[in-house]
Amino acid sequence: MLGKLTWSAIPFDQPIPLVAAALVGLVLLGVIAWVVLAGYFPYLWREWITSVDHKRIGVMYVLLGLVMLIRGFSDAILMRSHQALAYNAPGYLPPEHYDQIFSAHGTIMIFFGAMPFMIGLMNFVVPLQLGVRDVAFPTLNSVSFWLTATGALLVNVSLVIGEFARTGWWPSPPLSEITYSPGVGVDYYLWAIQISGIGTLMSGVNLVTTILKMRAPGMSYLRMPMFCWTALASNLLIIAAFPILTATLAMLTLDRYLGFHFFTDEAGGNSMLFMNLFWAWGHPEVYILALPAYGIFSEVISTFSGKPLFAYRSMVWATLAICLLSFTVWLHHFFTMGPGGDVNGVFGITSMIIAVPTGVKIFDWMFTMYGGRVRFTTPMLWSVAFVVTFVVGGATGVLLAIPPADFVLHNSLFLVAHFHNVMVSAVVFAAFAGYTYWFPKAFGFTLDEWWGKAAFWFSLVGYVWVFTPLYVVGLMGMTRRMQHFSVAEWYPWIVAASLGVIVMFAGVVCQVVQLVVSIRRREHLRDLTGDPWDGRSLEWATASPPPSFNFAVMPHVEGEEAYWAIKQRAREQARLREEPDYEPVEMPLNSPTGFVCAFFATLVGFAMIWHIWWLAALGLAGAFATFVVFAWRDRVEYEIPAEAVARINRLNRASRLEALQQARRKEAA
Amino acid sequence: MRADEAGPLRRGARVLAAVTRRGAVVAAGLALSGCQMSLLNAKGPVGAAEANILIVATVIMLAIIVPTMIGTLVFAWWFRASNTRARYRPDWAFSGKIELVVWSVPLLTIIFLGGIAWIGSHQLDPAVPIESDRKPLRVQVVSLDWKWLFLYPEQQIASVNELVVPVGAPVQFLLTSSSVWNSFFVPRLGSMIYTMRGMTSQLNLMADQEGTLHGLSTHFSGDGFSDMHFPVRAVSDGAFADWVQGAKAGPRLDAASYGDLAKQGTVEAPRSYGSVEPDLFRRIVDQTIPKGPGPAQGADNGAPPTVKPKGGS
Amino acid sequence: MSSSAAIPGVVPIRRDPNHLGHHAAGEGETRATGRGIGGPSSKRIVVGYGFWIFLLSDIVMFAAFFAAYAVLRGGTAGGPGPAELFDYTNVAIETVLLLFSSFACGVATLALNARRALLFQAAMAVTFLLGAGFLALELREFTDLVARDAGPTRSAFLSAFFTVVGCHGLHVTAGLLWLLTMMAQVFAKGFRPDILRRVMCFSLFWHALDIVWVAVFTVVYLMGSAA
Repeated sequence: MLGKLTWSAIPFDQPIPLVAAALVGLVLLGVIAWVVLAGYFPYLWREWITSVDHKRIGVMYVLLGLVMLIRGFSDAILMRSHQALAYNAPGYLPPEHYDQIFSAHGTIMIFFGAMPFMIGLMNFVVPLQLGVRDVAFPTLNSVSFWLTATGALLVNVSLVIGEFARTGWWPSPPLSEITYSPGVGVDYYLWAIQISGIGTLMSGVNLVTTILKMRAPGMSYLRMPMFCWTALASNLLIIAAFPILTATLAMLTLDRYLGFHFFTDEAGGNSMLFMNLFWAWGHPEVYILALPAYGIFSEVISTFSGKPLFAYRSMVWATLAICLLSFTVWLHHFFTMGPGGDVNGVFGITSMIIAVPTGVKIFDWMFTMYGGRVRFTTPMLWSVAFVVTFVVGGATGVLLAIPPADFVLHNSLFLVAHFHNVMVSAVVFAAFAGYTYWFPKAFGFTLDEWWGKAAFWFSLVGYVWVFTPLYVVGLMGMTRRMQHFSVAEWYPWIVAASLGVIVMFAGVVCQVVQLVVSIRRREHLRDLTGDPWDGRSLEWATASPPPSFNFAVMPHVEGEEAYWAIKQRAREQARLREEPDYEPVEMPLNSPTGFVCAFFATLVGFAMIWHIWWLAALGLAGAFATFVVFAWRDRVEYEIPAEAVARINRLNRASRLEALQQARRKEAA
Repeated sequence: MRADEAGPLRRGARVLAAVTRRGAVVAAGLALSGCQMSLLNAKGPVGAAEANILIVATVIMLAIIVPTMIGTLVFAWWFRASNTRARYRPDWAFSGKIELVVWSVPLLTIIFLGGIAWIGSHQLDPAVPIESDRKPLRVQVVSLDWKWLFLYPEQQIASVNELVVPVGAPVQFLLTSSSVWNSFFVPRLGSMIYTMRGMTSQLNLMADQEGTLHGLSTHFSGDGFSDMHFPVRAVSDGAFADWVQGAKAGPRLDAASYGDLAKQGTVEAPRSYGSVEPDLFRRIVDQTIPKGPGPAQGADNGAPPTVKPKGGS
Repeated sequence: MSSSAAIPGVVPIRRDPNHLGHHAAGEGETRATGRGIGGPSSKRIVVGYGFWIFLLSDIVMFAAFFAAYAVLRGGTAGGPGPAELFDYTNVAIETVLLLFSSFACGVATLALNARRALLFQAAMAVTFLLGAGFLALELREFTDLVARDAGPTRSAFLSAFFTVVGCHGLHVTAGLLWLLTMMAQVFAKGFRPDILRRVMCFSLFWHALDIVWVAVFTVVYLMGSAA
């Protein structure tokens, strides 16, 4: 009846996960109880859970990303503190638990921390920057988000029921095959990633269609803000790369569930095939995360330097070059398989070539600041710190791309330090830069700068502090994923890295405090004009938070930096644009399809993990029924009357006019 | 009264002293390890060549990235909004000359480093034998769950978790795995290589100084992974002959004892085998000997396993 | 989503404000939506375009399976190989069925455009029958192979074979479910614009399955036995 699921699946004998899970569970239950008892549930259901508004969905994505980043960071704390206690000692986590921690850390950070964060920002910002009212497929967008959330839920359920993968974040066979991993850990990984992967793919289709087919009048390709370009490149990569992952994990699933022989190294199977296919997705994935990050930095640096982005076209070419080249480098993840000098040489060089467009970007960001008026707000601090630290990660990356250097550095903590160096400085810094930068657009008030800067400095110092020792100890021959070790020279560096985690923790605390403080002080931090940073692209042309229809009338774009031109004209003429003729706006109706579908997906995933076949069939049937019901709807849109549009827009125009006059009075004084 | 006060004080002093001692160990370790970067302080020609590439490439890249880092900070600081001496050029957004430099600097660097990569990956290809007047020593390596088996086909002996090689002689490794992937690595000798079941990989290394080195697996292989390290003793020819002679006294390694060895588990101390069933390595590679069995299943009641709780291993 | 409502005239493009030394986005203005001059495309174009992109991603997934098949084709582990297993008559009939079902699907689209409900339903029914016939033959081939001890667990080659062909078969199954849903929708709701768009997507899907089948036929059956 319940497949492999028995009471022994719950780790009663393991205090750490049990207590942690119980705590998380209690907090969750508490939050749900509070929401229901305080009567917020109808609001949440109506305005958020069933919302198909790209802004709401973007915010929920980012929230999921934030929570999961903290979840992944708690794994990092466990790993670092464990290793600091594991010199000639067993540490406090037994191997089978420690192995789950590092596997979960990687999986959560990549798939459920970084990905939702980036996709969330793209979701929120891209339609606003393009000057349109929503993404191409609003309901599909909601489905995508909830499927991603399903994946995150399944990974976290594994904490309490059963186990997570003990194979590392890429489940390399034959270790991940049923012979060597008979537990449900790898299955949790597979189903969580497959389900959230469908969501990611759909989100990629959605955003590419939006960018290519739905731009405001006059917004030609070379007038799009840089962030839209990088979002386009990133989502093209999603479309081209995620299906490879889906296929690869499907093959591993068939191996595990039905005894197929894709990667078993038996009966003709070949585990090297898995490595090739996995990294054919895995390396583009790096750029799926990094490209939108580059876009965020481009927007932030340009805005806070008070200048257009330097060499915009060069940046576009560099972005597209990275997009293409990212598919030519996967083999550098296994130079040490011994493919021979020619193959290694070719892939070493292709891997390095990617550093050229990336280097161009770095220089162009530098020259964007040149001749500017740089305002050191929190997003700008993150961006400058990114440029300075990222070049180190880039350099160590080029080093690792030299095959003979990789022969001694592969899988070492040097490698770990390298990819954290690039991923943290690019993706995490960008995430927080973007979060602080666009927060006022989403909620109508800015985030507290003091706590933001505190979070920045702690994070920066902690990050350098953690990963510099790891570079060093990697050069001393220490490999990754060691549950304990007995080499005396490594010990002090491991201790040093652990101390750095404390500093990083302070950064995380400050980040949380910043949010709480800002919400409490929101009236002081209120942004009435919708343009708190003196922005240059269209998202700043509308109110903060934007109305559900984003723009009262679709803006006409007449050049690069669409909003800057409008704003300059308003400043010169000391008045706003003529008031447009308002027309009624049609917007898509909310729909619970995404949520219901994700509910069934959760059932299917859980049932497949535990071999509860009837439940899986039930879940699939439910999902199909959901779609049929959705397709049967007769009303799909509602109309916002012209008067309402006018009323909302006039409010914003009034505060913009006041700000304009205030600025002039100040200038005159 | 005094004694009561002295108690906590003394205890505090003891704690302080202990912390200081620990701190001193850590500090001394930090200072020491500066000169103990295994990878940069190689004990063999392969490792030395790779260390050389590491250093050269790093220096080249430092020449680019240090000015970039400084430039970024200088630009950001000089053009701060409050600096009235900095000239504000709100429309300056393109310069063909700068773009030329910006594209060519990374391109030239990469062309140069690409040359290093191309030449290096051929010269230091793990499969390329090391040129030497001396006859190479052949060693067959099998990674097991979670130990290393070294077979010496010419000497007809084998050892577990201990590799002994003569100084100055090239060593030709032929590697495979009994179960999952591992990676064979002796940091001070250079190049690592994967071990994979049903396949062999080749690796050529040489030690040119006597000493005991640290070897380990660098590809995660399961719960006992951290115990897959082994001493590598680089010894004189005489000492090597003595060691071979001593090992001859050991038990025989045949398919049955190999089967025991292939079960999951770690070994406390290195051991050696005095004779080896002929063709053992070939049979492991072509899988006519059973693979490593993986975790023991359903040991208590013979029923198929339901779930492996976190405590069990 | 608002449609591309009235756009008063063509917006003149100013020269680039940042003096980048080039004209922004071509001065030969057109109202072609792709250039961004005309604003968002019509819903029909957006939906079709998005679905095409999805189909491309689906083809990438098949490409990964094909790659696996190409790598594992030789991995027969002493078991039967392509030459002994494939029954080309069966495959030929399957191909014919699928191609004719695409033809019927095309007829259904034409009927839809002509708003002829009865012809549409009939053509869709024929499409369904041909597709179901294809599936039945494929299932027969699979059961036959399993009965000859050439199931997917026999060797890596057979694992890959069953996966590639089976994945296409799953797509056809999903397509048949979708087909029935569309017949029901047109029957119940008539020729509504959103339903027309869905039928358009369905026919794109059905034709894409044909393209994939041609690749399956070539890579799996023909090249498989040639090796």
